[in-house]
Amino acid sequence: MSDQIDIALTVNGEARRAKVEPRKTLADMIRQDLGLTGTHLGCEHGVCGACTVLVDGAAARSCLMLAVQADGSTITTVEGLATDGEMNRLQRAMWESHAFQCGFCTPGFLMQLTELLSENATPTEAEIRDELSGNICRCTGYESIINGALLAAGVQPGGHNETTGSA
Amino acid sequence: MDEALSSLAEAGEDAKILAGGQSLMPLLSLRLARPSALVDLGRVGGLDGIIEQDHTVTIGTMVRERAMERSAVVAEKIPLLAAGLPLIGHPAIRNRGTVGGSIAHADPAAEIPAVAVALEAEMVIRSAARGERRVPAADFFQGFFTTALEPDEALVSVCFPVAPPGSGVAFVEAARRHGDFAMVGAAAALNAEDGRITDARIALIGVADTPLRRREAEQALLGAEVGSAPFEDAAAAAAEGLTPASDLHGTGQYRRHLARVLTRRALEQAASDVRAAA
Repeated sequence: MSDQIDIALTVNGEARRAKVEPRKTLADMIRQDLGLTGTHLGCEHGVCGACTVLVDGAAARSCLMLAVQADGSTITTVEGLATDGEMNRLQRAMWESHAFQCGFCTPGFLMQLTELLSENATPTEAEIRDELSGNICRCTGYESIINGALLAAGVQPGGHNETTGSA
Repeated sequence: MDEALSSLAEAGEDAKILAGGQSLMPLLSLRLARPSALVDLGRVGGLDGIIEQDHTVTIGTMVRERAMERSAVVAEKIPLLAAGLPLIGHPAIRNRGTVGGSIAHADPAAEIPAVAVALEAEMVIRSAARGERRVPAADFFQGFFTTALEPDEALVSVCFPVAPPGSGVAFVEAARRHGDFAMVGAAAALNAEDGRITDARIALIGVADTPLRRREAEQALLGAEVGSAPFEDAAAAAAEGLTPASDLHGTGQYRRHLARVLTRRALEQAASDVRAAA
């Protein structure tokens, strides 16, 4: 079963093609064939959340999808968040909150939060914690990550759900 | 679907169906499963509907857990399923995981199989050689990761009976971490007329090799007043005779204790859900 299959997909707004074995995961295709190494592979069996990307707008573990399953879909990876080298609002908020240390888990957290904020611009802290419950960080701890998410959502950490003006 | 079923039959006994991939893909990554071929249902049409008809909601096998979570039909007509869905994994898992995948995988700690058993759902199964057949949930789950599905068969949809208006439900679990598979979980649904329980359903997960319906405990509640039903006795009956296995996360004895406590909590929550609706 080493036949290669041609796939075409949109990644971070660009049309991309790849020739992959059917057994290859979406994560490996993104890293090895597309050269987008911002998507990190931690556990490789769906537990850690580091490899989370958006598939047609929905957060998904790229290690739990085959590349061929993504044929024709629209993928957003962490490289798709910034515009012209400028961090987006979420990235800036995470930066300001020191929401990472080694940074390995960061792409997964950012993509999971991107999905949350696209569906719910002003989540509560409880909603953020629930949304991020499947993402594991092994060095910074979660407080600064939650604070970054709250800042991005315009919510004061520990406070109520007050939306500040958009930055 | 016919093409997928033919491919499955041709690929032989070691082939597997790939639905949402949230259980099978980790097994492949860990080399715990080594199927000779995968038949992906991702692009097969007609498997993603949630259709209500004649007191039944039929859910296509590829309907994602997140889609069910957001479905007004599921919330209103199958409230016990709606109660169980948020307990499955994490949002990114539920974005991909499917109703059919969860049921066909048959993890004894999974939520959707317990809902299917509690509500007496019916599985619609097809193969290229023998066409369609229907299997009640009670006969479908046969053991650890073992179901009534033959190697050349696929689950195409699941039929859940519509809950009567005003029924009360709850799904409670004890898990080591948020989103983990539960050590033990309890699903409960109660129907009442004039303040008295007319139907009770209790299913437990994590205590045996399949989700377990607890009929004796259910019987103990029939006719009782919703507000003062013998939930403690029913919970004790539900835990009676269980012999859950011990593992790293807890002993069998602890799991039996959890089964009693969680059944009582689920019943009490379901009862207050009934009263809130009344």
